[in-house]
Amino acid sequence: MKFIYYPGCTLKNKAKNFDIDARNCAKILGFELIEVDDFQCCGGVFTTSADEIATKLSAVRALKAAKKAGLPLVTVCSACHNVIKQTDHAMKNDPVFADRVNGYINDGDDYHGETKVYHYLEVLRDITGFDKVKEKVKYPLDMNVGAYYGCLMLRPGAVMETDDPENPQIMEQLIKTLGGRPVDYGMKNECCGGYVTVTDPGFAQKRSKAVYESAKKAGAEIIVTACPLCRYNLTKNGADIPVLYFTQLMAKALIGEKNER
Amino acid sequence: MKDKNELIKEQILYQSGVNVRKCMRCGKCSGTCPGYDEMEYHPHQFVYLVETGDIEPLLKSESLYKCLSCFACVDRCPRGVEPAKIIEAVRLTVIRQQGKNKLTPDDIPAVIDDDIPQQALVSAYRKFTR
Repeated sequence: MKFIYYPGCTLKNKAKNFDIDARNCAKILGFELIEVDDFQCCGGVFTTSADEIATKLSAVRALKAAKKAGLPLVTVCSACHNVIKQTDHAMKNDPVFADRVNGYINDGDDYHGETKVYHYLEVLRDITGFDKVKEKVKYPLDMNVGAYYGCLMLRPGAVMETDDPENPQIMEQLIKTLGGRPVDYGMKNECCGGYVTVTDPGFAQKRSKAVYESAKKAGAEIIVTACPLCRYNLTKNGADIPVLYFTQLMAKALIGEKNER
Repeated sequence: MKDKNELIKEQILYQSGVNVRKCMRCGKCSGTCPGYDEMEYHPHQFVYLVETGDIEPLLKSESLYKCLSCFACVDRCPRGVEPAKIIEAVRLTVIRQQGKNKLTPDDIPAVIDDDIPQQALVSAYRKFTR
């Protein structure tokens, strides 16, 4: 199966391993990722204000590229996924917003939410199937893994529809598939402090510490996330266990530590 | 003619799309807010003060920059009020004014390190700068 792939700005820079392992694992699992031509940064966060058009255009352009190709769009970064899903939802359900955006782009092909958007984890669960992923595991993980969702992948739940926002299980299912032992902990769907790390690092530190302490207390030996900013905040603010992207964890199990990385 | 305060309230209600009158003052939004300890005005107070039109203190408050946009209040509100959207609209009322950006290019060199993801900077800019 083919997908239009939107890596986003950070996966081309500070989170290259997140991207590389996503691509390598896709090859092994038999789905093809076709990168969006000349994609633009999604902006990292969705602006909720009704009169903002410009901040959402890059997401609309990515959605339109997938529509043109007649393929679903797939993301790996939680932030890109959030912005693209929320923008798609607005294009589908807010006719005034959609009319203004389509009028601005005005390329003869109006967009009204035709593209199906998947997070990479949803592809594994809903298209590939975790049972098929399991068949490809060469090096089963033998460790306790804390899945960290944060906020962007889950909320607003009515728009994201990734999983139950109060008790998500999709990463736990992946961890089990890879032979690991998921640990449950209270802070797995609470915010790491996000972008306030730029303006108020002390505040971000408190939030991040609450997250990794909660995971450690539950017995996690490592934490996995789908968000480069979560990984940065947790690592920078003193997490003394490794914080990896879920694609890195997958590559460990499917490819091994050293091969083709 | 409407006074300035009424115009600001109207703008905030339009931009956020929130019906503040649905709020039943249970405080769950503030109870679940990860920024609670950092805030002078909490999510339920934003909703209440916009409803009553007492918006001036909010415009001056640092609490505008403590919202993480994590949407915990949005998903957990039993009445679907969506307080984060009110906070964002109040913040935009401030930062859309000339010279009121919370974050400027001059602030960046001091906060970056070798590992900071691009995502952190673009997100902070999008929330704090116009």
